[in-house]
Amino acid sequence: MNDKKMRQSRWIPMISLIIIIVITYASATITEFNFIEGLATIPQALSWIVANLFITQESLEKLPTILVKLNETIFMSIAATTLAAVVSLFLGLMGSKTTKVNNVFSVIARFIASFSRNIPVVAWSLILLISFGQNSITGFLALFVGTLGFLTRAFIESIDEASVSSVEALRATGANYFHIVNKAVIPQSLPQMLSWILFMIETNIRSATLVGILTGTGIGYVFDLYYKTLNYNAVALVTFTIVIAVIVIDLISNRIRKVIL
Amino acid sequence: MTLLQVEGLGKSYESETQVLKNVNFEVKTGEFVSIIGPSGAGKSTLLRCINRMVEINEGRVLFNNLDVGTLKKKELRKLRTDIGMVFQHYNLVPRLTVIENVLHGRFGYKTTMQGILGRFTEEEKEHAFFLLQKLGIEDHAYKRCDQLSGGQQQRVGICRALIQDPKLILCDEPIASLDPNSSKVIMDHLKSITTEMGITCLVNLHQVEVAQDYSDRIIGLKQGEIVFDGMGRLLREEQINHIYGTELRELITV
Repeated sequence: MNDKKMRQSRWIPMISLIIIIVITYASATITEFNFIEGLATIPQALSWIVANLFITQESLEKLPTILVKLNETIFMSIAATTLAAVVSLFLGLMGSKTTKVNNVFSVIARFIASFSRNIPVVAWSLILLISFGQNSITGFLALFVGTLGFLTRAFIESIDEASVSSVEALRATGANYFHIVNKAVIPQSLPQMLSWILFMIETNIRSATLVGILTGTGIGYVFDLYYKTLNYNAVALVTFTIVIAVIVIDLISNRIRKVIL
Repeated sequence: MTLLQVEGLGKSYESETQVLKNVNFEVKTGEFVSIIGPSGAGKSTLLRCINRMVEINEGRVLFNNLDVGTLKKKELRKLRTDIGMVFQHYNLVPRLTVIENVLHGRFGYKTTMQGILGRFTEEEKEHAFFLLQKLGIEDHAYKRCDQLSGGQQQRVGICRALIQDPKLILCDEPIASLDPNSSKVIMDHLKSITTEMGITCLVNLHQVEVAQDYSDRIIGLKQGEIVFDGMGRLLREEQINHIYGTELRELITV
């Protein structure tokens, strides 16, 4: 009986691989995507990029405007992320198995988390665009909602992973809920939570560009503007500043991570 | 004087397997009692029913003449301050210092605000250092717990239990993750807690020899039922075999 199971399980990776190949092939056929043709266009695309997307003296004059917008985007991402983190901390505590107050709140917290997470940020910004119009609030809220879902999920896991045993011990000493959360759960899972927050700030700066295109704010708006006016040199400059900004934020957060962990 | 009385205790998780069946025993003040039995016999569950870390399904647990099963939230907190607990995996907060972890044992006596702000009195701090000194780890007081060895962490765990000023200490496999030397140190400390401070100890153990060496009394648990209750030296080979299952024991000795 057991032996038979073992033999069966050996075939599972093989079978799954075959299934994946079949699905890939089938979907390529259905969507009429030709892999070879796709490959063939790469050199052409590259030569277009090289020919058009370079930074000129002329486009550099636009740098101050771009930097102002970039600044706006970065701070909007940070604000949305940190505010979402505060709310997520509560939802995370409610949703976690170790620190939940009762099942009702736990289900609500998990529902909010998965609801806001499973709708992509782009969809959120389009939905919010209808009610809030084209302004920074819309972009801010879109990022906030998306981040809220992700961070709640991540916090629930950080809390569960970091503190089950010490929570048990503190409960056994007669400590109350607030003692346990403040003196066992938070100290133990804080580094990981901060790490997630930093990760979300990076991600949000990237998404903010996209959200900005849709909501007409920040660096995304500038990108869209130059792109639609065929000013590709300026587009190159915008892209370049975004890349630099993301790398810098990445380096900073890596440094912070090293210090706190 | 009887400190703890367990009457007809039964426990099942999700109403399927019965973990504990009609468990009856008494523990007197100042006794050192070991509970032995194979993994899955219900030892941990039994301990956790005493301070109601798991809910009691059937029967009663009387601690210091209080019916543990019927206590309200506040009374339960009060009860737990009287019962210290020591864990197999120490269950400290690894990122905090030794002294912080020891003082965690005082939360049962604190209001919410006092606890959150970490307000501890001078006496409490002095007592914490006294206990650390007694267990020989005062040099590590300001180190983070994850920098200590297993044996040292377990001693921190014992300090945390002792600073509660408990009447009873429950030890859930306190030496199961330790090497023989550290195990001896820990068992010696636990024994001295009973003999010197008069605090009752109820210890879950795997090792029969250790239980026989240290305890005043041994309770043998098998599949949730008590199959032996008496002095360690009265525990005979065939009873040990009965508790652990003969084949298993032979496997270990070979």
